[in-house]
Amino acid sequence: MFPILRLGPFAIQTAGLILILGVWVGLWLAEREAARLKFHNEFVYNLAFTGLVAGLIGARLWYVLQHLQVYVLDPLAIFSPTPATLARTEGVAIGLMAAALYGVRHKLPLRLTLDALAPAMVVTMIASALANLASGDAFGAPAQLPWSLYLWGEYRHPSQVYEMIAALGVLRGWAWWRRQERWRPAPGISFLWVAASLAAARVFLEAFRSDSVIVGEGWRAAQVGSLFLLTTSLALSKFWSRSPTSSDI
Amino acid sequence: MNDSQRGWFFIIVIVLAAAFWTWLSRVPDSTLSGSRLANPREDFPAPDFTLDHLDGGSTQLSDLRGNVVIVNLWASWCAPCRAEMPAFQKLYNANRERGLEVLAVNSTFQDSETDARNFAGQLGLTYPILLDREGVVSRQYRLQALPSTFIIDRSGIIRTVIIGGPASEATLQTQIEALLNESP
Repeated sequence: MFPILRLGPFAIQTAGLILILGVWVGLWLAEREAARLKFHNEFVYNLAFTGLVAGLIGARLWYVLQHLQVYVLDPLAIFSPTPATLARTEGVAIGLMAAALYGVRHKLPLRLTLDALAPAMVVTMIASALANLASGDAFGAPAQLPWSLYLWGEYRHPSQVYEMIAALGVLRGWAWWRRQERWRPAPGISFLWVAASLAAARVFLEAFRSDSVIVGEGWRAAQVGSLFLLTTSLALSKFWSRSPTSSDI
Repeated sequence: MNDSQRGWFFIIVIVLAAAFWTWLSRVPDSTLSGSRLANPREDFPAPDFTLDHLDGGSTQLSDLRGNVVIVNLWASWCAPCRAEMPAFQKLYNANRERGLEVLAVNSTFQDSETDARNFAGQLGLTYPILLDREGVVSRQYRLQALPSTFIIDRSGIIRTVIIGGPASEATLQTQIEALLNESP
């Protein structure tokens, strides 16, 4: 674990640095994929960048709105670089909405755009697993196995490594699949299969984690959400493979 | 069975298998968090310690159970530590009666008691200044950077970790507000 990277007087959070690198590599791959799919690749980069910036600003503003009476007395604190003061779920929702708005405004073809973003999604997952390994987050359940990781006072499942291996597998599968000349999937299918694969991996691997958010009668929230995503992606892939829209082809 | 039917069959099998695994993996929340060992990270019990005060006496962290406790690791030569100390003082003054305790743990093993005393005097700090002479608490809390701040709830669980600083009063107030409203 290397949660902090010291550069002279500065202490940089390694996890944040890895995530930034992951997003950068992901966007680079998305641009290349957009070029391969023969549509304006700069729009894909701008769409993802718009979503990221809007998500970050939205997460902070939402948090500020939740604690308005405190920030009114100290408005400059809005710019405090503390990840603890981000409303994360709302930030993700705002980022997705901003990206969708950008796409609609520039009339980007939905399915091709999603296909171009598929590798960025996988690379971000790999970076996220690496970041969690560096920070010790997303830790596994206690387990005495030859490959267990000693973390937070106990031997545990190396859940971060599991997630990285799964995401690397999905990336490998995506890279192999897009090289196949014989079988060209309809637009959007590539994205849906990547999303379904990542969701299936999360459903399986979440069981080995020890920090799951629990809802209802012991259900792991990430598993339930991923199950929904898996079902939706697979069902949608059946419909989209039958009915490609003319604007997307 | 044609291609389309085979596709739907494949989807249904995968979704059912995933749903079964999700059902099989259910676990009571208390099983996940109830047996955790003390560690300096969010959602874990805070490592306990006993340290001497700058002005005599000592404090054991676990004796403060029932209060919201801010443990701030600092040193007199650390500029961000100096910048955020007034915020802790204001927070302490405003919320002490609601059950807030602030423990400023001086990294004395890499500082000096004289400098710590001058520092506290200059800033007029009234909350307890504790002396980590041997670096025990710094090791327990895996100190990586100064300042480091740990916000602990009334049941002794770390709820927020802020590495680096200076943390603003508003940031700290928003982090402790919900914890102060929880029942002891």
